[in-house]
Amino acid sequence: MPRYSKIAILLHWLIAFLIVCAFKLGVTMVDIPGITPAKLKYFSWHKWLGVTVLGLACLRLLWRLTHAAPPLPHSMPSWQRSAAHGLHGLLYLLIFTVPISGYFYSLAAGVPVVYLGVLPLPVLIEPDPALKPILKQVHYALNMSLLAAVALHLLAALKHQFIDRDGMLKRMLP
Amino acid sequence: MHRAAPVIAALCFALPSIAAALKTDPAKSSVSAVFKQMNVPVEAKFRKFNAQIDFDSTKPENAKASVEIEIPSFDLGDPEYNKEVQKKEWFNAAQFPKASFVSSALKGANGKFDVNGKLTIKGKTADVSFPLTVKKEGVNQVFEGALPIKRLAFNIGEGEWKDTSMVADEVLIKFRVVTTQ
Repeated sequence: MPRYSKIAILLHWLIAFLIVCAFKLGVTMVDIPGITPAKLKYFSWHKWLGVTVLGLACLRLLWRLTHAAPPLPHSMPSWQRSAAHGLHGLLYLLIFTVPISGYFYSLAAGVPVVYLGVLPLPVLIEPDPALKPILKQVHYALNMSLLAAVALHLLAALKHQFIDRDGMLKRMLP
Repeated sequence: MHRAAPVIAALCFALPSIAAALKTDPAKSSVSAVFKQMNVPVEAKFRKFNAQIDFDSTKPENAKASVEIEIPSFDLGDPEYNKEVQKKEWFNAAQFPKASFVSSALKGANGKFDVNGKLTIKGKTADVSFPLTVKKEGVNQVFEGALPIKRLAFNIGEGEWKDTSMVADEVLIKFRVVTTQ
């Protein structure tokens, strides 16, 4: 079975790993009451991870647009093909919109993002107390959508591996 | 005549200082602190303060200024953080609800001055000096400047917060006071 290119595989797993870290940090940091040095650190790390994911997502989209994915097996029914394309499209959309919504949420809260503590990123909007709670909800909702989409993606991969036994997973394994 | 003379004399004596005390416009004035948290600049406003400015552009050396800031009005844009910074290790607002600045000298000309004075925060007083610009905007006068301080000199951020890699020691106090007269 034809596999994805090495670059596509690398980007897939790197982005997946960074998203898991950012997600875990995100849910941990918001549960810390008050202000502690750890909380401030986690917020910064979370933002750096998000910006990294966004940068890699741009690279990945460019790579995907210039390098076709290996064709799906002929045995796959058309509804499954549509579902797979739809879910992949949604995942692409979310790896952009989740970090972008977080970035604007931070700006609306009056906290610019300084990547890795050294590179100040553009302040595209002024602090906005009215927009802040809206962006917080948007960032949360997009993350829950990402969690659901990743869960489906994982289940589909496991189904191909253990029920269909069609070797689909090998296309993306390192 | 005899009785009125001391009153008039007293009035003449009192008038110049009354005339020089400017009326501030709180809606157009602002005092804020810019601090760096892991290199991220964050600006927070003191929503309530009272500035008394006595300034005559023909005699700037006689100018006097005093500013009193209500610490509980410090606004980081988040109710939870606002509550946190009032605590003992930060501002200790329960014991020190006010910060103040009182000028002692002003030098310069043509709208550009250097101010010396005493700044008190959290019960600690330090001598400070900073540049000030004064300009006319229509009928208003605008007093603007920035005053760099070290937060640890005022014990702001005790215990684990003494670590300046999390919150930098350098804090910039920015002010813009608009007077209408």
